[in-house]
Amino acid sequence: MKPALFTYHRPGTLPDALALMAEHRGGARVLAGGQSLMPLMAMRMTRPEQLVDINRIDELKGIRDTGDTLTIGALTRYSEILRAPLIADSLPLLSEAIRHVAHHAIRNRGTIGGSLALADPSAETPATCLALCARIVARSSAGEREISVDAFFEGLMSTALAEDEILVAVRIPKRPAKVPHAFLEFARRKGDYAQAGIILAPSHGGVAENRAVVFGIGSTARRSAALEGAMTNGLSAEAKAALQQEVTAIIDDDEGAAYKLPIVMTLAERAMGRLKP
Amino acid sequence: MSGPSFDEPEVTIELTVNGATVTRRVSTRRHLSDFLRDDLGLTGTHIGCEHGVCGACTVRYDGEIARSCLILAAQTDGSTVETVEGLSDSGEIEALQQAFLARNALQCGFCTPGMLVTAADLLRSVPKPSRDEVRDAISANYCRCTGYHAIVDAIMAASEKLAVKS
Repeated sequence: MKPALFTYHRPGTLPDALALMAEHRGGARVLAGGQSLMPLMAMRMTRPEQLVDINRIDELKGIRDTGDTLTIGALTRYSEILRAPLIADSLPLLSEAIRHVAHHAIRNRGTIGGSLALADPSAETPATCLALCARIVARSSAGEREISVDAFFEGLMSTALAEDEILVAVRIPKRPAKVPHAFLEFARRKGDYAQAGIILAPSHGGVAENRAVVFGIGSTARRSAALEGAMTNGLSAEAKAALQQEVTAIIDDDEGAAYKLPIVMTLAERAMGRLKP
Repeated sequence: MSGPSFDEPEVTIELTVNGATVTRRVSTRRHLSDFLRDDLGLTGTHIGCEHGVCGACTVRYDGEIARSCLILAAQTDGSTVETVEGLSDSGEIEALQQAFLARNALQCGFCTPGMLVTAADLLRSVPKPSRDEVRDAISANYCRCTGYHAIVDAIMAASEKLAVKS
C-alpha cells in the first residue's frame, strides 16, 4: 500500500503549476486534497511520475459572488463550503449534498475541484454539479476555457480535461433557498459511498429547465429524462416504467442491478415527495 | 528519460509536531503516518487500512483532523501536526481517556487513538453532542469489533464531565 516512486513538485503559483503540466503532459497528476488520489496511488491504480501539489496556490481557494453565479475555487475544501454563508444562502442543495460526503476528517481535506476532476460515478459532487447546471473552468498555459457540465463527464473517471489543463474553478448558477430541491442517497453505513442517489433540481429564474440526476450506477452520473418529465407531470406509472428502462440500460450486472434498481425506484418516489410544498 | 530509475526521490521538510520543530529528509512517497511512526517513533498513530477508510491514523493537521495516511510527509513542510501523544501530554483528552477507561470502551484497542482524536474534535465543535451526533462522528473510525456502544457512552460521559468543569 505504498505509492510507486514519483517526483514531487509544489509550485507556488498557478502559472508554475501549468508549466509543469505542459512539460510533463500525461506523466503528471495534480494533487489537491488527496482524499481519492492518495488511495489510488497507494493501490497502484495510478502511478504518476510527477506529482504536482497545488495546495499552496492561494488563487485556487475560496468562494466568490459573481453575480448570477457563485464561483468556487477548485481547491476549496468541503468543510469550507459547509461553513460558507454564501453557499447556505445561494446553493443550499450543494450544502446538503456535501453533508453526505464521507466524514469530517475527509471533508477537511477533500476539495470540490479534485472530486470533479476525478469524476467518480458514486461521488456526490460531480452529480450535484450536473444537477446544478455548473460550468467547469479549466486552464492551461495556452489559456482558459469554460466547459458545460453536460459535456464534462465523459465516462468512468474520465473528463473533458486535457492532459495539460488544471481545473481551476466551478461556476454554479445561484439557486434561491425557497426553490425546492431533493437530494437523496442510500449508503449502507454513514459516510460510505452511495449505492445509488437521486438529485432533483426544478427550474428557477437562473436555470430554465428541470434537471434530475441519478448517480452511483453506471460509469458516470447522468441526467434522467424520465425524472425530469415527472418533475412537471408527476411520477406516473409511465414515468416509473421509463425510469426503470433508463436505469436498466446503464446499470452493469457487476454492480448488482437486481439490488440497485429497487433502491433507485424507492429513492425516486421519496425525492418526488420532497418537492411537494 | 532512459528506463526506470529506482532512486528514491527525496525532499527536506521542517514542521512542528506536538509543539517541537523537526527537520528531516524524507522520501517523496512517504505518507505522514509512516513518517510519524517510523521516523519520529510516535507509534500512537495507528495504520489500519492505509487508504483513508478506517480512521485509525487520524491526527490534527494545521488544527483540523485529517487522515495521516492520505497526506504525504513532503506536503507537511511548514505545517503543524498534533498526534494522540501530543493531545495526551497536553491533558486535552484526559477526560476522554478516563471515560474510555472507566467504561472499558474498547475491545482490541487498535482504533482507540483515532477514536480519541475524532472524539476530541467533536467535543471541541459540539461540546454537548447527542448520541446520534457521536455516532455520526465515530462512523469515521469504524473498524471491525462493532463494540461502539461503550465508546458512545464514554464520549457522552466525557462531554458531561467537561460541561460541569467549564
